Amino acid sequence: MSDAVIVSDARKGGKMALLSEFWDYFSESRGAVAGLVVFVAVCLIAIFADAVAPYLPQEQYRDAFLKPPFWQEGADPRFILGTDAVGRDILSRLIYGSRYSLFIGVIVVTISMLLGVTIGLLTGFFRGAFDNAVMRVMDVFLSFPSLLLALVLVALLGPSLTNAMIAIALIQQPHYVRLTRAAVMSEMGKDYVTAARVAGVGNIRLMLVTILPNCMGPLIVQAALSFSDAILAAAALGFLGMGAQPPTPEWGTMLADAREYVTRAWWVVTMPGLAILITVLAINLMGDGLRDALDPRLRRS
Amino acid sequence: MLRFLLSRILLLIPTFIGISIVSFGFIRMLPGDPVLLMAGERSLTPERHAALLKLLGFDRPLWEQYLGYLWKLLQGDLGISLKTKIPVAQEFLTLFPATIELSLCAVIFAIVLGIPAGVLAAVRRGTVFDHSVMGTALIGFSMPIFWWGLLLIILFSVTLQWTPVSGRIALTYFFQPVTGFMLIDSLISGQAGAFKSAARHLILPTIVLGTIPLGVIARQTRSAMLEVLGDDYVRTARAKGLSTVRVVGIHALRNALIPVITTIGLQVGTLLAGAILTETIFSWPGVGKWMIDAISRRDYPSVQGGLLLIAGVVMVVNLIVDLLYGLTDPRIRYRS
Repeated sequence: MSDAVIVSDARKGGKMALLSEFWDYFSESRGAVAGLVVFVAVCLIAIFADAVAPYLPQEQYRDAFLKPPFWQEGADPRFILGTDAVGRDILSRLIYGSRYSLFIGVIVVTISMLLGVTIGLLTGFFRGAFDNAVMRVMDVFLSFPSLLLALVLVALLGPSLTNAMIAIALIQQPHYVRLTRAAVMSEMGKDYVTAARVAGVGNIRLMLVTILPNCMGPLIVQAALSFSDAILAAAALGFLGMGAQPPTPEWGTMLADAREYVTRAWWVVTMPGLAILITVLAINLMGDGLRDALDPRLRRS
Repeated sequence: MLRFLLSRILLLIPTFIGISIVSFGFIRMLPGDPVLLMAGERSLTPERHAALLKLLGFDRPLWEQYLGYLWKLLQGDLGISLKTKIPVAQEFLTLFPATIELSLCAVIFAIVLGIPAGVLAAVRRGTVFDHSVMGTALIGFSMPIFWWGLLLIILFSVTLQWTPVSGRIALTYFFQPVTGFMLIDSLISGQAGAFKSAARHLILPTIVLGTIPLGVIARQTRSAMLEVLGDDYVRTARAKGLSTVRVVGIHALRNALIPVITTIGLQVGTLLAGAILTETIFSWPGVGKWMIDAISRRDYPSVQGGLLLIAGVVMVVNLIVDLLYGLTDPRIRYRS
């Protein structure tokens, strides 16, 4: 009885130690920490949008069309970042828009990771003809430029945010398949796997409990990368009119609306793109930090 | 080498079949009656509908339809555009040079700036220069390029009026395309100012399309250089008393370039995806804009054909990169 307690204590301590070691490496890069701070801020803004945003995103002020941001002449003090062509507060729309971008990122990463890791585990574990066939299918997926395939899928399913997310997730999953498969194959040859097998561990437990946790490093880095990719792709689809539909305050869709005001109202164009860039940049900074912290080969001794 | 070549080409066959199945399946997966979809806006009598169903082969079993599609495909027949009534393959080929020209310029832009920036950042690792280059590269890598294009238009076309907003050349110039590359054709035409006009039209789209590859190449070059600079042979070269320029520029860079070349090759898909956005923003008459137009016009044969051809291009370029890789590194050639 007491033995068990000690073991679990040791495990807990081990986890904490691992975590603090990870944080040491991660916080070594100032960029990664800055990225994390910005990302957490965006998350908080998205969660508390109702409290933070001065107005509702679809609320129109008919006395304030295309008002510039507060530092420019002719600005309306009520609207800090100005208003768009139908008198909606840009700041409020950006704040609510963060919900869509983060939601897109979370959903796309979850779907593509679940799908990709499952396929990758199965192919890497069982190999053989099944593996060959699946990998050829993945090759086909990867020979289409991602945005093109997403566009065509959306053309098939009809333009909407949900369909855009499904399309992007389908396009990203081959990357998880490849990574998981490669990691599983390299783990399969190791002694601890053989030991577990000899001890009578079944296939499913072997895959999920024994092998998978040791493959997580590259997958976590890929998740960060594909999170920012998903936000960019969804915004691009929105921009092309194939993603979220107006009047949704999704950032890419806002840009599509803004295109005709390029010559007259720079802020309508600039603000949504800036929001996309800052969010994506923050996530990529975090991703770089994660990679450096999780990839022992890159660690400076 | 021949065996390597053959094995790589053989590997293409299943991929090509997969691509053809995807593009074949595309029209069949569309919700609704394919004949009505193909007919577009026109109304059909029931007799005409039945005749078309038979003519287009939709009444036969799926596998037979697919084989028929494949057979036509191998003869270069990709169907006819609903909108223009021009064969899809022909339309693609007339527009493709515009996309190649733009993509080539973007890649050259990215290489010419990215490799020296990456090398210098690696040599001056940890300095302000290194940090600012890597920061800029990460921004480029994270850039929503459709927005970047709009910003550049606001600054350079609208405010400063330095560059035109859209198209490939001013409408005052007209000449028969010879190569399809506007820069070359405008020179051949001998018309005064034509080349300058073409070049001015090309600048902004090149920057926009080259931004992400530029970020990727600069980052990759830096990390590859850092890896190589720590190697023994570089230390030996230094110990021999060779100048830094020689050590870095010749000894180290040559080996560091191998992963960089692979990265550049892998950018082809990114480039073509970026071309869709860039061409849309700048009304650049290439295949990217054509695909977007075809999708929004529901010109399904064009979408189907474009999908296949673009994937085919990516597949062939990947093969070429693979072969080049095998050519520079014998270990890869003999591994299989």
